Amino acid sequence: MTKLEASLLDILKEDCRIPLEKMAVMTGASLEEVASAIEDLENRKIILRYSPMINWDRTDRERVEAMIEVRVTPQRDMGFDAIARRIYRFDEVKSVYLMSGSYDLLVLVEARTLKELAAFVASKLSPLETVTGTATSFVLKRYKEEGVIFETDDADHRLVISP
Amino acid sequence: MNYDQYLNSRIAAVPPSGIRRFFDLAASRKDAISLGVGEPDFKTPYLFRDAAINSLLDGETQYTGNRGLIELRQEISLYLSGRYNISYRPETEILVTIGASEAIDVALRALITEGDEVLVPDPSYVSYAPGVIFAGGVPVPVETRQEDDFRLKAEALEKKITPKSKLLILPYPNNPTGAIMEKEDLEAIAQVIREHDLLVISDEIYSELVYDNHVHVAFASVPDMLERTITINGFSKSFAMTGWRVGYACGPEEIITVMNKIHQYAIMCAPRQGQVAATAALRIGRENNYESIVTMRESYDRRRRLMVTAFRDMGLECFEPYGAFYAFPSIQRTGMTSEEFCAELLKEKNVAAVPGNAFGASGEGHIRCCYATAVDKINIALERIADFVASRS
Repeated sequence: MTKLEASLLDILKEDCRIPLEKMAVMTGASLEEVASAIEDLENRKIILRYSPMINWDRTDRERVEAMIEVRVTPQRDMGFDAIARRIYRFDEVKSVYLMSGSYDLLVLVEARTLKELAAFVASKLSPLETVTGTATSFVLKRYKEEGVIFETDDADHRLVISP
Repeated sequence: MNYDQYLNSRIAAVPPSGIRRFFDLAASRKDAISLGVGEPDFKTPYLFRDAAINSLLDGETQYTGNRGLIELRQEISLYLSGRYNISYRPETEILVTIGASEAIDVALRALITEGDEVLVPDPSYVSYAPGVIFAGGVPVPVETRQEDDFRLKAEALEKKITPKSKLLILPYPNNPTGAIMEKEDLEAIAQVIREHDLLVISDEIYSELVYDNHVHVAFASVPDMLERTITINGFSKSFAMTGWRVGYACGPEEIITVMNKIHQYAIMCAPRQGQVAATAALRIGRENNYESIVTMRESYDRRRRLMVTAFRDMGLECFEPYGAFYAFPSIQRTGMTSEEFCAELLKEKNVAAVPGNAFGASGEGHIRCCYATAVDKINIALERIADFVASRS
Protein backbone atom coordinates (compact mmCIF):
# COMPACT_ATOMS: atom_id res chain seq x y z
CA MET A 1 0.00 0.00 0.00
CA THR A 2 1.35 3.46 -0.87
CA LYS A 3 1.46 6.39 1.55
CA LEU A 4 -1.33 8.08 -0.41
CA GLU A 5 -3.52 4.98 -0.22
CA ALA A 6 -2.93 4.71 3.53
CA SER A 7 -3.88 8.38 4.01
CA LEU A 8 -7.00 8.02 1.87
CA LEU A 9 -8.16 5.00 3.85
CA ASP A 10 -7.57 6.94 7.09
CA ILE A 11 -9.70 9.80 5.79
CA LEU A 12 -12.46 7.61 4.35
CA LYS A 13 -12.84 5.40 7.39
CA GLU A 14 -13.75 8.49 9.39
CA ASP A 15 -15.97 10.12 6.80
CA CYS A 16 -16.55 8.81 3.30
CA ARG A 17 -18.49 11.87 2.19
CA ILE A 18 -15.46 14.15 1.99
CA PRO A 19 -15.23 15.51 -1.58
CA LEU A 20 -12.31 14.37 -3.74
CA GLU A 21 -11.06 17.97 -3.95
CA LYS A 22 -10.70 18.16 -0.17
CA MET A 23 -8.98 14.79 -0.04
CA ALA A 24 -6.52 16.03 -2.63
CA VAL A 25 -5.75 19.09 -0.50
CA MET A 26 -5.45 17.02 2.68
CA THR A 27 -3.01 14.55 1.15
CA GLY A 28 -1.09 17.01 -1.01
CA ALA A 29 -1.83 14.88 -4.10
CA SER A 30 -3.53 15.99 -7.31
CA LEU A 31 -7.22 15.41 -7.93
CA GLU A 32 -6.41 12.86 -10.64
CA GLU A 33 -4.03 10.96 -8.37
CA VAL A 34 -6.64 10.76 -5.63
CA ALA A 35 -9.40 9.66 -8.00
CA SER A 36 -7.28 6.96 -9.56
CA ALA A 37 -5.96 5.74 -6.17
CA ILE A 38 -9.53 5.36 -4.90
CA GLU A 39 -10.64 3.59 -8.03
CA ASP A 40 -7.70 1.26 -7.63
CA LEU A 41 -8.58 0.55 -3.98
CA GLU A 42 -12.11 -0.28 -5.10
CA ASN A 43 -10.90 -2.54 -7.92
CA ARG A 44 -8.58 -4.39 -5.59
CA LYS A 45 -11.56 -4.95 -3.27
CA ILE A 46 -9.84 -3.07 -0.47
CA ILE A 47 -12.70 -0.59 -0.33
CA LEU A 48 -15.84 -2.72 -0.54
CA ARG A 49 -18.52 -0.14 0.02
CA TYR A 50 -19.28 3.25 1.56
CA SER A 51 -21.89 2.90 4.24
CA PRO A 52 -22.88 4.78 7.36
CA MET A 53 -22.47 3.43 10.88
CA ILE A 54 -26.01 3.25 12.25
CA ASN A 55 -27.04 2.95 15.84
CA TRP A 56 -30.31 1.05 15.33
CA ASP A 57 -31.02 1.12 19.04
CA ARG A 58 -31.89 4.78 18.64
CA THR A 59 -34.42 4.05 15.90
CA ASP A 60 -37.86 2.50 16.25
CA ARG A 61 -36.97 -0.44 14.08
CA GLU A 62 -37.49 -3.82 15.74
CA ARG A 63 -34.34 -5.82 15.51
CA VAL A 64 -32.63 -8.72 17.27
CA GLU A 65 -29.12 -9.89 16.82
CA ALA A 66 -27.46 -13.10 17.90
CA MET A 67 -24.06 -14.69 17.72
CA ILE A 68 -24.25 -18.38 16.97
CA GLU A 69 -21.39 -20.72 17.60
CA VAL A 70 -21.62 -23.49 15.06
CA ARG A 71 -19.83 -26.84 15.12
CA VAL A 72 -19.61 -28.57 11.75
CA THR A 73 -18.02 -31.60 10.13
CA PRO A 74 -15.51 -30.38 7.57
CA GLN A 75 -15.94 -31.84 4.09
CA ARG A 76 -13.35 -33.66 2.07
CA ASP A 77 -11.37 -31.29 -0.23
CA MET A 78 -13.52 -28.31 0.72
CA GLY A 79 -12.66 -27.99 4.43
CA PHE A 80 -14.99 -25.45 6.01
CA ASP A 81 -15.48 -23.30 2.93
CA ALA A 82 -18.43 -25.15 1.42
CA ILE A 83 -20.47 -25.09 4.61
CA ALA A 84 -19.51 -21.46 5.30
CA ARG A 85 -20.85 -20.57 1.84
CA ARG A 86 -24.07 -22.41 2.51
CA ILE A 87 -24.49 -20.38 5.67
CA TYR A 88 -23.50 -16.90 4.47
CA ARG A 89 -26.01 -16.94 1.62
CA PHE A 90 -28.92 -16.60 4.02
CA ASP A 91 -30.08 -12.99 4.19
CA GLU A 92 -30.35 -13.17 7.97
CA VAL A 93 -26.62 -13.80 8.23
CA LYS A 94 -24.55 -10.62 8.60
CA SER A 95 -21.11 -12.12 9.19
CA VAL A 96 -19.46 -15.50 9.20
CA TYR A 97 -16.02 -16.24 10.62
CA LEU A 98 -13.98 -19.44 10.80
CA MET A 99 -12.68 -19.64 14.36
CA SER A 100 -10.02 -21.45 16.30
CA GLY A 101 -11.13 -23.00 19.60
CA SER A 102 -14.05 -25.07 20.77
CA TYR A 103 -16.34 -24.40 17.80
CA ASP A 104 -15.78 -23.87 14.08
CA LEU A 105 -17.88 -21.02 12.70
CA LEU A 106 -19.12 -17.87 14.35
CA VAL A 107 -22.28 -16.64 12.66
CA LEU A 108 -23.76 -13.20 13.31
CA VAL A 109 -27.46 -13.20 12.59
CA GLU A 110 -29.98 -10.40 12.46
CA ALA A 111 -33.76 -10.71 12.38
CA ARG A 112 -36.76 -8.57 13.16
CA THR A 113 -38.06 -10.59 16.07
CA LEU A 114 -36.93 -13.27 18.45
CA LYS A 115 -39.38 -15.63 16.83
CA GLU A 116 -37.91 -15.11 13.37
CA LEU A 117 -34.44 -15.63 14.69
CA ALA A 118 -35.40 -18.81 16.49
CA ALA A 119 -37.02 -20.03 13.30
CA PHE A 120 -33.86 -19.37 11.37
CA VAL A 121 -31.76 -21.45 13.75
CA ALA A 122 -34.29 -24.27 14.00
CA SER A 123 -35.38 -24.56 10.41
CA LYS A 124 -32.46 -23.29 8.32
CA LEU A 125 -29.17 -23.51 10.18
CA SER A 126 -29.45 -26.62 12.35
CA PRO A 127 -30.84 -28.92 9.64
CA LEU A 128 -27.79 -28.42 7.39
CA GLU A 129 -26.32 -31.91 7.13
CA THR A 130 -22.80 -31.01 8.22
CA VAL A 131 -23.87 -28.91 11.23
CA THR A 132 -23.38 -30.98 14.37
CA GLY A 133 -24.35 -28.41 16.99
CA THR A 134 -25.16 -24.73 17.66
CA ALA A 135 -25.11 -22.39 20.67
CA THR A 136 -27.02 -19.14 20.27
CA SER A 137 -26.30 -15.99 22.33
CA PHE A 138 -28.47 -12.91 21.93
CA VAL A 139 -27.01 -9.43 21.85
CA LEU A 140 -28.51 -7.40 24.68
CA LYS A 141 -26.74 -4.10 24.17
CA ARG A 142 -24.11 -2.76 21.83
CA TYR A 143 -21.35 -0.72 23.44
CA LYS A 144 -18.76 -0.42 20.71
CA GLU A 145 -18.58 -1.54 17.11
CA GLU A 146 -15.87 -1.02 14.49
CA GLY A 147 -14.07 1.31 16.86
CA VAL A 148 -17.11 3.51 17.41
CA ILE A 149 -18.32 3.78 20.99
CA PHE A 150 -22.12 3.92 21.01
CA GLU A 151 -22.89 5.42 24.37
CA THR A 152 -20.37 8.20 24.92
CA ASP A 153 -21.29 11.77 25.02
CA ASP A 154 -18.82 13.14 22.51
CA ALA A 155 -18.83 16.63 23.96
CA ASP A 156 -15.70 18.70 23.44
CA HIS A 157 -14.45 19.43 26.93
CA ARG A 158 -11.86 21.93 25.79
CA LEU A 159 -11.99 25.62 26.65
CA VAL A 160 -13.39 27.63 23.75
CA ILE A 161 -10.30 29.80 23.68
CA SER A 162 -7.01 28.93 25.29
CA PRO A 163 -3.53 30.37 24.90
CA MET B 1 -11.79 48.39 51.02
CA ASN B 2 -9.21 49.56 48.55
CA TYR B 3 -6.71 46.79 48.00
CA ASP B 4 -4.50 48.69 45.57
CA GLN B 5 -2.07 49.67 48.30
CA TYR B 6 -1.73 46.00 49.27
CA LEU B 7 -1.35 44.45 45.87
CA ASN B 8 2.08 43.97 44.34
CA SER B 9 2.38 46.96 42.03
CA ARG B 10 4.69 45.21 39.57
CA ILE B 11 2.13 42.46 39.03
CA ALA B 12 -0.85 44.79 39.02
CA ALA B 13 0.85 46.76 36.24
CA VAL B 14 0.86 43.79 33.87
CA PRO B 15 -2.25 44.11 31.68
CA PRO B 16 -4.67 41.17 31.68
CA SER B 17 -4.15 38.66 28.87
CA GLY B 18 -5.69 39.71 25.55
CA ILE B 19 -6.89 36.14 25.25
CA ARG B 20 -8.81 36.31 28.51
CA ARG B 21 -10.92 39.19 27.27
CA PHE B 22 -11.72 37.36 24.06
CA PHE B 23 -12.43 34.17 25.95
CA ASP B 24 -15.27 35.84 27.85
CA LEU B 25 -16.73 37.08 24.59
CA ALA B 26 -16.47 33.67 22.90
CA ALA B 27 -17.68 31.69 25.90
CA SER B 28 -20.92 33.67 25.85
CA ARG B 29 -21.70 32.32 22.36
CA LYS B 30 -23.31 28.96 22.81
CA ASP B 31 -22.75 27.06 19.59
CA ALA B 32 -19.78 28.91 18.14
CA ILE B 33 -17.28 26.80 16.21
CA SER B 34 -13.98 27.45 17.88
CA LEU B 35 -10.68 27.66 16.09
CA GLY B 36 -9.41 29.35 19.22
CA VAL B 37 -8.35 26.33 21.22
CA GLY B 38 -4.72 25.68 22.04
CA GLU B 39 -4.80 21.96 22.70
CA PRO B 40 -5.19 18.66 20.84
CA ASP B 41 -8.65 17.33 20.01
CA PHE B 42 -7.43 13.81 20.74
CA LYS B 43 -7.99 12.30 24.13
CA THR B 44 -4.97 10.90 25.95
CA PRO B 45 -4.38 7.42 24.44
CA TYR B 46 -6.13 4.90 26.64
CA LEU B 47 -3.01 2.90 27.50
CA PHE B 48 -1.51 5.96 29.19
CA ARG B 49 -4.72 6.66 31.08
CA ASP B 50 -4.84 3.01 32.10
CA ALA B 51 -1.40 3.31 33.72
CA ALA B 52 -2.69 6.18 35.87
CA ILE B 53 -5.88 4.30 36.73
CA ASN B 54 -3.86 1.29 37.87
CA SER B 55 -1.62 3.50 39.93
CA LEU B 56 -4.70 4.87 41.72
CA LEU B 57 -6.07 1.36 42.24
CA ASP B 58 -2.73 0.40 43.77
CA GLY B 59 -3.04 3.27 46.21
CA GLU B 60 -0.13 5.30 44.84
CA THR B 61 -1.39 8.58 46.23
CA GLN B 62 1.74 10.00 47.85
CA TYR B 63 4.18 12.76 46.96
CA THR B 64 6.95 11.85 44.59
CA GLY B 65 10.49 13.17 44.95
CA ASN B 66 10.79 16.89 44.16
CA ARG B 67 12.45 16.30 40.83
CA GLY B 68 9.84 13.72 39.80
CA LEU B 69 9.75 9.93 39.61
CA ILE B 70 13.18 8.60 38.69
CA GLU B 71 11.57 6.18 36.17
CA LEU B 72 10.05 9.17 34.41
CA ARG B 73 13.33 11.09 34.38
CA GLN B 74 15.08 8.04 32.98
CA GLU B 75 12.47 7.78 30.23
CA ILE B 76 12.81 11.51 29.48
CA SER B 77 16.56 11.10 29.22
CA LEU B 78 16.19 8.16 26.80
CA TYR B 79 13.56 10.01 24.80
CA LEU B 80 15.63 13.19 24.35
CA SER B 81 18.79 11.33 23.44
CA GLY B 82 16.96 8.98 21.08
CA ARG B 83 14.77 11.58 19.39
CA TYR B 84 16.85 14.74 19.45
CA ASN B 85 20.35 13.65 20.19
CA ILE B 86 20.72 15.61 23.43
CA SER B 87 21.93 13.94 26.55
CA TYR B 88 20.82 14.75 30.11
CA ARG B 89 21.53 12.83 33.33
CA PRO B 90 18.25 11.73 34.97
CA GLU B 91 19.57 12.25 38.51
CA THR B 92 20.85 15.81 38.21
CA GLU B 93 19.89 17.49 34.94
CA ILE B 94 16.15 16.87 34.64
CA LEU B 95 13.31 18.44 36.64
CA VAL B 96 9.70 17.30 36.21
CA THR B 97 7.29 20.23 36.52
CA ILE B 98 3.60 21.06 36.44
CA GLY B 99 3.40 21.44 32.70
CA ALA B 100 6.00 23.24 30.63
CA SER B 101 4.44 26.43 32.05
CA GLU B 102 5.91 25.86 35.48
CA ALA B 103 9.24 24.93 33.93
CA ILE B 104 9.33 28.31 32.14
CA ASP B 105 8.35 30.22 35.27
CA VAL B 106 10.90 28.46 37.46
CA ALA B 107 13.64 28.88 34.86
CA LEU B 108 12.96 32.63 34.64
CA ARG B 109 12.95 33.01 38.41
CA ALA B 110 16.15 30.99 38.75
CA LEU B 111 18.03 33.10 36.21
CA ILE B 112 16.71 36.65 36.29
CA THR B 113 18.17 39.25 38.59
CA GLU B 114 16.32 42.57 38.89
CA GLY B 115 16.65 44.54 35.66
CA ASP B 116 17.99 41.75 33.44
CA GLU B 117 16.73 41.89 29.89
CA VAL B 118 15.14 38.83 28.33
CA LEU B 119 14.78 38.63 24.56
CA VAL B 120 11.42 37.25 23.46
CA PRO B 121 10.51 36.64 19.80
CA ASP B 122 7.28 38.43 18.93
CA PRO B 123 4.61 37.12 18.40
CA SER B 124 4.89 34.33 20.94
CA TYR B 125 2.98 32.42 23.56
CA VAL B 126 1.34 34.81 26.00
CA SER B 127 3.12 33.79 29.22
CA TYR B 128 6.71 34.67 28.45
CA ALA B 129 6.68 38.45 28.85
CA PRO B 130 4.54 38.45 32.04
CA GLY B 131 6.72 35.65 33.45
CA VAL B 132 9.82 37.78 32.85
CA ILE B 133 8.21 40.78 34.56
CA PHE B 134 7.04 38.71 37.54
CA ALA B 135 10.63 37.56 37.96
CA GLY B 136 11.89 41.18 37.97
CA GLY B 137 13.26 41.16 34.43
CA VAL B 138 12.50 43.29 31.42
CA PRO B 139 11.05 41.53 28.36
CA VAL B 140 12.49 42.78 25.08
CA PRO B 141 10.40 41.78 22.08
CA VAL B 142 12.29 40.74 18.94
CA GLU B 143 10.11 41.14 15.89
CA THR B 144 9.60 38.17 13.58
CA ARG B 145 8.01 38.71 10.19
CA GLN B 146 5.78 36.88 7.77
CA GLU B 147 8.30 37.39 4.94
CA ASP B 148 10.82 35.38 6.99
CA ASP B 149 8.18 32.71 7.69
CA PHE B 150 8.15 34.09 11.24
CA ARG B 151 11.58 32.62 11.95
CA LEU B 152 13.81 34.42 14.42
CA LYS B 153 16.59 36.10 12.44
CA ALA B 154 20.05 36.57 13.89
CA GLU B 155 20.21 40.21 12.69
CA ALA B 156 16.91 41.10 14.36
CA LEU B 157 18.10 39.46 17.58
CA GLU B 158 21.47 41.16 17.47
CA LYS B 159 19.85 44.60 17.18
CA LYS B 160 18.01 44.15 20.47
CA ILE B 161 21.00 43.02 22.52
CA THR B 162 22.28 45.42 25.18
CA PRO B 163 24.77 44.98 28.04
CA LYS B 164 21.79 44.04 30.21
CA SER B 165 20.70 41.14 27.98
CA LYS B 166 20.97 37.81 29.75
CA LEU B 167 18.56 35.37 28.19
CA LEU B 168 16.76 34.46 25.00
CA ILE B 169 13.48 32.57 25.02
CA LEU B 170 13.36 30.43 21.90
CA PRO B 171 9.85 29.07 21.33
CA TYR B 172 9.88 26.86 18.23
CA PRO B 173 7.79 25.28 16.77
CA ASN B 174 5.93 28.48 17.55
CA ASN B 175 2.55 29.25 19.02
CA PRO B 176 0.79 31.25 17.50
CA THR B 177 2.51 31.33 14.09
CA GLY B 178 3.26 27.63 13.49
CA ALA B 179 6.78 28.65 12.42
CA ILE B 180 9.73 26.29 12.82
CA MET B 181 13.47 26.87 12.89
CA GLU B 182 15.70 24.79 10.63
CA LYS B 183 19.18 23.71 11.66
CA GLU B 184 20.82 26.62 9.77
CA ASP B 185 18.47 29.12 11.44
CA LEU B 186 19.45 27.76 14.85
CA GLU B 187 23.15 27.82 14.01
CA ALA B 188 22.90 31.50 13.14
CA ILE B 189 21.19 32.18 16.46
CA ALA B 190 23.81 30.08 18.29
CA GLN B 191 26.52 32.30 16.83
CA VAL B 192 24.88 35.37 18.41
CA ILE B 193 24.39 33.55 21.72
CA ARG B 194 28.08 32.60 21.81
CA GLU B 195 29.31 36.09 20.92
CA HIS B 196 27.17 37.84 23.50
CA ASP B 197 27.53 35.19 26.17
CA LEU B 198 23.79 34.62 26.62
CA LEU B 199 21.69 31.75 27.92
CA VAL B 200 18.66 30.27 26.14
CA ILE B 201 15.37 28.88 27.38
CA SER B 202 14.26 26.70 24.47
CA ASP B 203 10.55 25.91 24.78
CA GLU B 204 10.11 22.88 22.53
CA ILE B 205 6.66 21.79 23.67
CA TYR B 206 5.53 21.34 20.03
CA SER B 207 8.65 19.40 19.00
CA GLU B 208 6.71 16.36 17.80
CA LEU B 209 4.29 18.37 15.69
CA VAL B 210 6.42 19.17 12.66
CA TYR B 211 5.15 18.37 9.17
CA ASP B 212 5.95 17.70 5.57
CA ASN B 213 9.35 16.03 6.00
CA HIS B 214 10.71 18.81 8.19
CA VAL B 215 12.41 17.64 11.36
CA HIS B 216 12.63 19.29 14.72
CA VAL B 217 16.14 20.21 15.78
CA ALA B 218 16.70 20.73 19.50
CA PHE B 219 18.59 23.93 20.15
CA ALA B 220 20.78 22.15 22.70
CA SER B 221 21.99 19.82 19.95
CA VAL B 222 23.68 22.71 18.12
CA PRO B 223 27.45 22.69 18.92
CA ASP B 224 28.32 24.40 22.26
CA MET B 225 24.66 25.11 23.05
CA LEU B 226 24.03 22.25 25.50
CA GLU B 227 25.79 24.18 28.27
CA ARG B 228 23.88 27.39 27.48
CA THR B 229 20.39 25.95 27.09
CA ILE B 230 17.51 24.99 29.31
CA THR B 231 15.42 22.65 27.20
CA ILE B 232 11.74 22.72 28.08
CA ASN B 233 9.25 20.18 26.88
CA GLY B 234 6.24 18.23 28.14
CA PHE B 235 3.44 15.85 27.35
CA SER B 236 0.52 18.17 26.62
CA LYS B 237 0.86 18.52 22.87
CA SER B 238 2.84 15.44 21.79
CA PHE B 239 0.82 12.97 23.81
CA ALA B 240 -2.50 14.85 24.10
CA MET B 241 -2.10 15.22 27.87
CA THR B 242 -2.90 18.89 28.53
CA GLY B 243 -5.06 18.39 31.61
CA TRP B 244 -2.52 16.16 33.35
CA ARG B 245 -0.09 19.06 33.72
CA VAL B 246 3.25 17.34 33.27
CA GLY B 247 6.26 18.99 31.71
CA TYR B 248 9.99 19.13 32.33
CA ALA B 249 13.11 21.23 32.18
CA CYS B 250 16.57 19.89 31.36
CA GLY B 251 19.82 21.76 31.61
CA PRO B 252 23.16 22.16 33.33
CA GLU B 253 23.16 20.69 36.84
CA GLU B 254 23.95 24.06 38.48
CA ILE B 255 20.85 25.69 36.95
CA ILE B 256 18.51 22.73 37.47
CA THR B 257 19.57 22.64 41.14
CA VAL B 258 18.47 26.24 41.64
CA MET B 259 15.26 25.67 39.68
CA ASN B 260 14.56 22.69 41.92
CA LYS B 261 15.05 24.91 44.96
CA ILE B 262 12.14 27.11 43.84
CA HIS B 263 10.09 24.14 42.69
CA GLN B 264 10.51 22.24 45.97
CA TYR B 265 9.42 25.17 48.13
CA ALA B 266 6.59 26.36 45.87
CA ILE B 267 5.24 23.17 44.39
CA MET B 268 6.72 20.10 46.09
CA CYS B 269 6.21 17.85 43.08
CA ALA B 270 4.13 17.39 39.93
CA PRO B 271 1.01 15.25 40.50
CA ARG B 272 1.92 11.57 40.78
CA GLN B 273 -0.71 10.12 38.42
CA GLY B 274 0.29 12.56 35.70
CA GLN B 275 3.87 11.40 36.10
CA VAL B 276 2.79 7.77 35.93
CA ALA B 277 0.81 8.37 32.73
CA ALA B 278 3.75 10.31 31.27
CA THR B 279 6.15 7.47 32.10
CA ALA B 280 3.81 5.05 30.32
CA ALA B 281 3.56 7.40 27.33
CA LEU B 282 7.33 7.46 26.85
CA ARG B 283 7.89 3.76 27.59
CA ILE B 284 5.12 2.61 25.26
CA GLY B 285 6.25 5.13 22.65
CA ARG B 286 9.81 3.83 22.82
CA GLU B 287 8.52 0.28 22.31
CA ASN B 288 6.14 0.97 19.40
CA ASN B 289 8.04 3.73 17.63
CA TYR B 290 5.76 6.49 18.97
CA GLU B 291 2.75 5.12 17.14
CA SER B 292 0.28 7.46 18.88
CA ILE B 293 2.32 10.51 17.88
CA VAL B 294 2.55 9.35 14.28
CA THR B 295 -1.23 8.88 14.05
CA MET B 296 -1.95 12.31 15.52
CA ARG B 297 0.68 14.05 13.44
CA GLU B 298 -0.67 12.59 10.19
CA SER B 299 -4.17 13.63 11.12
CA TYR B 300 -3.05 17.19 12.00
CA ASP B 301 -1.09 17.43 8.78
CA ARG B 302 -4.16 16.67 6.64
CA ARG B 303 -6.16 19.33 8.46
CA ARG B 304 -3.26 21.77 8.23
CA ARG B 305 -3.25 21.49 4.44
CA LEU B 306 -7.00 21.90 4.34
CA MET B 307 -6.90 25.07 6.39
CA VAL B 308 -3.92 26.76 4.74
CA THR B 309 -5.32 26.05 1.26
CA ALA B 310 -8.72 27.44 2.22
CA PHE B 311 -7.21 30.69 3.54
CA ARG B 312 -5.20 31.14 0.36
CA ASP B 313 -8.27 30.35 -1.76
CA MET B 314 -10.20 33.12 -0.03
CA GLY B 315 -7.41 35.53 -0.91
CA LEU B 316 -5.74 35.79 2.49
CA GLU B 317 -1.99 35.60 2.64
CA CYS B 318 -1.04 32.58 4.72
CA PHE B 319 2.55 31.45 5.04
CA GLU B 320 3.10 27.70 5.27
CA PRO B 321 3.21 26.77 8.97
CA TYR B 322 5.30 23.61 9.35
CA GLY B 323 4.88 23.22 13.10
CA ALA B 324 2.45 23.15 16.04
CA PHE B 325 -1.25 23.12 15.06
CA TYR B 326 -1.94 26.70 14.09
CA ALA B 327 -2.34 28.66 10.90
CA PHE B 328 -1.63 32.39 11.13
CA PRO B 329 -3.18 34.06 8.08
CA SER B 330 -2.90 37.77 7.44
CA ILE B 331 -6.23 39.60 7.48
CA GLN B 332 -4.71 42.97 6.53
CA ARG B 333 -6.47 43.19 3.18
CA THR B 334 -9.83 43.43 4.98
CA GLY B 335 -8.65 46.72 6.49
CA MET B 336 -9.68 45.56 9.94
CA THR B 337 -7.51 45.16 13.01
CA SER B 338 -7.07 41.64 14.35
CA GLU B 339 -9.41 42.34 17.24
CA GLU B 340 -12.11 43.88 15.04
CA PHE B 341 -11.88 40.96 12.66
CA CYS B 342 -12.22 38.35 15.39
CA ALA B 343 -14.97 40.16 17.28
CA GLU B 344 -17.06 40.70 14.15
CA LEU B 345 -16.41 37.20 12.84
CA LEU B 346 -17.69 35.82 16.11
CA LYS B 347 -20.69 38.11 16.12
CA GLU B 348 -21.71 37.57 12.51
CA LYS B 349 -20.56 34.04 11.75
CA ASN B 350 -20.26 32.40 15.13
CA VAL B 351 -16.67 31.35 14.52
CA ALA B 352 -14.03 32.02 17.16
CA ALA B 353 -10.39 32.70 16.28
CA VAL B 354 -7.77 34.48 18.35
CA PRO B 355 -6.54 37.98 17.39
CA GLY B 356 -2.84 37.84 16.52
CA ASN B 357 -1.99 40.87 18.64
CA ALA B 358 -2.85 38.86 21.78
CA PHE B 359 0.59 37.29 21.20
CA GLY B 360 2.49 40.53 20.81
CA ALA B 361 2.53 43.64 18.66
CA SER B 362 4.00 41.81 15.64
CA GLY B 363 0.96 39.56 15.58
CA GLU B 364 -1.26 42.50 14.59
CA GLY B 365 -2.86 41.96 11.20
CA HIS B 366 -3.09 38.21 11.72
CA ILE B 367 -5.44 35.75 13.38
CA ARG B 368 -4.53 32.44 14.99
CA CYS B 369 -6.63 29.50 13.87
CA CYS B 370 -6.12 26.08 15.39
CA TYR B 371 -6.67 23.08 13.12
CA ALA B 372 -6.89 20.56 15.97
CA THR B 373 -10.62 20.35 15.38
CA ALA B 374 -12.84 17.87 13.52
CA VAL B 375 -12.62 18.12 9.72
CA ASP B 376 -16.33 18.82 9.25
CA LYS B 377 -16.16 21.68 11.73
CA ILE B 378 -13.03 23.10 10.12
CA ASN B 379 -14.79 23.04 6.75
CA ILE B 380 -17.87 24.84 8.04
CA ALA B 381 -15.77 27.40 9.88
CA LEU B 382 -13.64 28.07 6.80
CA GLU B 383 -16.70 28.52 4.60
CA ARG B 384 -18.06 31.05 7.06
CA ILE B 385 -14.75 32.89 7.24
CA ALA B 386 -14.65 32.97 3.41
CA ASP B 387 -18.14 34.53 3.37
CA PHE B 388 -17.08 37.01 5.99
CA VAL B 389 -13.90 37.98 4.15
CA ALA B 390 -15.81 38.34 0.87
CA SER B 391 -18.33 40.66 2.53
CA ARG B 392 -15.48 42.88 3.78
CA SER B 393 -13.36 43.11 0.66
